[in-house]
Amino acid sequence: MSRKARLWLLAVGGIGVAVLLACAAFDLPGFGGTSHPYGERAVRSALARHTANVISSVNFDQRAFDTLGEESILFAAVLGTVVLLRETRDEHSEPPETVRVDPHVRRYALIALPVTLLIGLYIIAHGQLSPGGGFQGGVIVATALHLLYIAIDYKALERIRPAAAYAIADAAGEAAYVLLGTAGLLAGSVFLANFLPYGTFNTLSSGGTVPLLNAAIGVEVAGATVVLLARFLDQALEIEGGGTGGTGRQDEEANRS
Amino acid sequence: MSVLPYLAAGWVFLVGCYGLATSRNLIHAVGCLSVCQSSTYVLLLAVGYRRGGTAPVFSDIAPGSRPVVDPVVQALVLTDVVVGATVTALLLALVIQTAKRHGTVDPDELSELRG
Amino acid sequence: MADLLVVLALTLVVAAATAAVLTRDPARQALVLALLGLALAVLFTALQSPDVALSQLAVGSALTPLMLLLTVRKVRGRGHRGGRKRGRA
Repeated sequence: MSRKARLWLLAVGGIGVAVLLACAAFDLPGFGGTSHPYGERAVRSALARHTANVISSVNFDQRAFDTLGEESILFAAVLGTVVLLRETRDEHSEPPETVRVDPHVRRYALIALPVTLLIGLYIIAHGQLSPGGGFQGGVIVATALHLLYIAIDYKALERIRPAAAYAIADAAGEAAYVLLGTAGLLAGSVFLANFLPYGTFNTLSSGGTVPLLNAAIGVEVAGATVVLLARFLDQALEIEGGGTGGTGRQDEEANRS
Repeated sequence: MSVLPYLAAGWVFLVGCYGLATSRNLIHAVGCLSVCQSSTYVLLLAVGYRRGGTAPVFSDIAPGSRPVVDPVVQALVLTDVVVGATVTALLLALVIQTAKRHGTVDPDELSELRG
Repeated sequence: MADLLVVLALTLVVAAATAAVLTRDPARQALVLALLGLALAVLFTALQSPDVALSQLAVGSALTPLMLLLTVRKVRGRGHRGGRKRGRA
């Protein structure tokens, strides 16, 4: 199809979708309305289970099975990225040149690193009480470690970040979630049932299994993010050569046929 | 005002689709896809908003003292933000592989390669 | 007052999203996407969802642009080296 025909098709499809979206928007309950039946039920059931942060209660208790699906997507996506970005036989890695870092940048990054790391861990630990949780805290912890790359260089980052260990942490987080779900099946009634005592409202140990599942997600997301960034940094900075223009592959295909 | 956020979400989605279809660089296309993704966040959170409501976190307010916004849509968006980023990473890994195999990231040149 | 804040944040999001699509150079687009992430975080805070704003801030303004920039560097670096070794590929 020519470029012009494609643009016409896009315009027709785009206008059609726009009209349908506008019709749907005028038929939706108005913005800021007071009728939220699901929300009210979720709030009631979160309070009954002594979880102060209703969003964590929805994620890790009321809809915990849905979160298992989400984190499996995350796990599979990380696995796929690791497989696609591994160093192949015709590539070699060269350590990147060391660069001089401005002393002000270095000082600031070295102060910010422990503070950011602590904030990330706090956000994971208090997921059932205040805004935050494993998903957000995990990303913050993982990106905090990369301040070391800004402060010193890539070698220093590689020393505190053995990617294999974080890959294991990623898998362990996913496994812990499934095992906690199975424990719910054995001790309670159903898979991922909240079988622990609910504790005192608004304390760290409240919410039954919510803090544990939250911590499992935190470990998994932190491990996943570190592994992802490690693969991309390796590709951009270290790995060179190999696979030029697919000539080797085409030869192989020619031989086979 | 009562439909403005929904229309804004629709605009963000359509403009992302336009970028996807006309992109001449696969990395740019992945960026446009993440624009499309963010339109769903705007739509979901707009549906769950309640005028005068506060965040559904009861660590510093007494339960029942104030109306709260819908927590269910927030939970949906929250997980998708993080999971969406890892899917973006997978797509970028595919782009790097395409560049290695074919030496180009222009979708038009790529379709010419395969006929 | 709250509505005004929402409208302002929405305008910012729409403008940043449009700019991100119209920026054709992927390295510049990554920076505009970081701005879009920031605008979305402001909008989510105005819509009373601090949880989502927090994760959008961490992912949208740091993680995604960083991965995009690293991909740009990898793909461009290849072009230069490949060009030197094999002539015009």
